[in-house]
Amino acid sequence: MTTVEFSGLIFLSSLAAGLLGALTGLGGGVVIVPVLTLLFHVDIRYAIGASLVSVIATSSGAAAAYVREGYSNVRIGMFLEIATTLGAVLGAWLTTRVPTNTIGFIFALVLLYSAVASWRKKESHTGNTRPNKLAERLRLRGSFPVVGGKEEYVAQHVPAGFGLMFSAGTLSGLLGIGSGAVKVLAMDQAMGLPFKVSTTTSNFMIGVTAAASAGIYLSRGYIAPELAMPVMLGVLAGSLAGAKILVHARVNTLRLLFALVIVALGVEMLLNSVAGRL
Amino acid sequence: MRVTDEKLDIAIGRTLQGGVLLAALIVLIGGVMYLLGVSGPRPDYSHFHGVPEHLRTPSGIWHGIIHGDPESIVQLGLLVLIATPVVRVILAGIGFLMERDRLYFWVSAIVLAVLCYSLWHIR
Repeated sequence: MTTVEFSGLIFLSSLAAGLLGALTGLGGGVVIVPVLTLLFHVDIRYAIGASLVSVIATSSGAAAAYVREGYSNVRIGMFLEIATTLGAVLGAWLTTRVPTNTIGFIFALVLLYSAVASWRKKESHTGNTRPNKLAERLRLRGSFPVVGGKEEYVAQHVPAGFGLMFSAGTLSGLLGIGSGAVKVLAMDQAMGLPFKVSTTTSNFMIGVTAAASAGIYLSRGYIAPELAMPVMLGVLAGSLAGAKILVHARVNTLRLLFALVIVALGVEMLLNSVAGRL
Repeated sequence: MRVTDEKLDIAIGRTLQGGVLLAALIVLIGGVMYLLGVSGPRPDYSHFHGVPEHLRTPSGIWHGIIHGDPESIVQLGLLVLIATPVVRVILAGIGFLMERDRLYFWVSAIVLAVLCYSLWHIR
């Protein structure tokens, strides 16, 4: 394979990952690392570096659209970013210490979890308005537009959410992913925030979290420009296109299909890491 | 207060989008130059050595750009990309200051401090 063919194939794979990630809401970043390592035999550290860069591109690229919808909560996001950025610094530090097969094993578990989480019913539970002392002091509350007015919500279980966010940040820094699934888990399940608020707030937190490990990655030589170039451009183009056609597409079958792809990659990754081939 | 909040958020979102598009453009220019200049089989990434030292620091990257090195140009685009979330935190912090929300001004400052700690590695 020539360099041009190699770059072209990686661009097309990244384009597909970004497109499917945006259409299904699962995020494209999570499949980049297994695709690069399993299909293109790239060392997992270079793969993680390229993936992290594409995660920042998707998050910042979609920021304007998400803010306009009026669901994301800047204060809740900023407060929880203390936890995710600290976690990301720890994760990036761990990446340079932990054996690659262990990273691969953890990655496989996260892939399988993301697929399972996408199956969970996304009932939009209404905002929790139960007064919460800590949330009031930190002003972790807000409202979002609904038909005929707006709905209020107050965050619950703030320390638990903060702790989970730290773990989400660690996974992001360790694996070069956005770990949106864990971020949504922290806000939606632990803190009882409305689902739409959780997903949109999570999206813009992802970029800041990833930036916190990017500096460490770059200084360690994980970010290879020739590899990051087609990955970043592909994922960005794919996710922007996906967000445009999302309104017209019927995504249930697609989501199932993409979840199956993620499961297959997860299993393959699990086997490879157990066999010590990563 | 809510209205200025929203306007500020949208302005921040636009800035981020502009930053990402600029980064993508720089990466694309460097990428095209790189692909036009290479020949032979695909690079082997199966063993990790880390990228060359000069692609790991802003001064090394700058030096490469002056000499027209395509990989340095791509790396500059990636640096611009990494800067976009940092800019977002700074703008949000300024916004909180304008709203006289001291608590969240300090929250933004803490997040910025953590980001600077990470970016300090690439000096």
